[in-house]
Amino acid sequence: MHELPVTESILTIALRYAEREHATSISDLYLVIGDLSSIVDESVQFYWDIISRDTIAEGATLHFERTPMQMVCFDCGKTYRPEPGTLSCPGCGSTIVQVAGGEDFRLEAITVEKDENTEKANEAAPSVDGVIEET
Amino acid sequence: MDVIKVPVVEEILSANDQLAVANRELLDANKVFGVNIMSSPGSGKTSTIVATQERLKDSLRLGMVDGDIATTIDADRAAEAGMQAVQINTGGNCHLDAVMVSQGIRSLKLEDLDLMIIENVGNLICPSSFKLGTHISVLIASVPEGADKPYKYPPMYRGVDAVIINKIDVLPYFDFDMDYFVKGVEMLNPGVKSFPISNKTGEGLDAWADWLYEQVAAYQQSAAE
Repeated sequence: MHELPVTESILTIALRYAEREHATSISDLYLVIGDLSSIVDESVQFYWDIISRDTIAEGATLHFERTPMQMVCFDCGKTYRPEPGTLSCPGCGSTIVQVAGGEDFRLEAITVEKDENTEKANEAAPSVDGVIEET
Repeated sequence: MDVIKVPVVEEILSANDQLAVANRELLDANKVFGVNIMSSPGSGKTSTIVATQERLKDSLRLGMVDGDIATTIDADRAAEAGMQAVQINTGGNCHLDAVMVSQGIRSLKLEDLDLMIIENVGNLICPSSFKLGTHISVLIASVPEGADKPYKYPPMYRGVDAVIINKIDVLPYFDFDMDYFVKGVEMLNPGVKSFPISNKTGEGLDAWADWLYEQVAAYQQSAAE
């Protein structure tokens, strides 16, 4: 249900970084999403197709790298993926354990296209980010 | 045309997290301790909040921000119990985020409060992703929901500071394996405080209210230093 605000955040971050690069379009987004993040990839894609329309990210491909839930046992040191309905260590049965992975929730990178002319123009006129010139 | 890969490495909900920090600063400026209460629908959030007010009203001034998709029933109950209460109708949203909470906090008279409790939207999935800026988060589970919930909704049990197990008065009528439940909570969130309570009989509520009072008192003491 909460994929819409999540997808909006992804778009906002991607557009911010693309703007910094003076990009003309965004072609790919690389997301790292842990299995503990309660996000459904298809649902993000569904919202993405709608909210990216008429932006420079329209039609960009979303790449989901899924990181599995991982736990570590303090008694025997084993790292494991818990079976459904269990959390304890499958090696020694210990319950002295801790979640050790699967909580990632970030935008790792984007691929952008830059127009050479735009780039040259930017070189000629150094970045004035955040500066409003008074006339 | 140049194609380049730009490293971003930014948390997806960073904008929400920044607003949560602003909410925390606003609470701190007024020395108000914030608590985010989450649970599935019908587990007894409002009843627990009202019972908390009854036990703490002589020593602390409590306020409540209630998030619901519709109606003001919960905020009305809190107001009846003598709390400053504000209702945020989320318009169908399944969780509260830092923006909605910011609006809620700003409609309370913070200078007249010691403790602000946020009642999140009843949902065991979505609220866990959105930081609100409170000082602690509390999860309420209840016996009829079943003992397997920590195993089925692990994100919700991560990152909370206390777990309340409500409706323990009906334990004799349910196959609720308390040991399985508590172990699951402990494995996901080692050392988390747990409070078995019944809003029906009042059992366990004093222990919960005493603990919460201690948290607020310790906070106010450190804020005064």
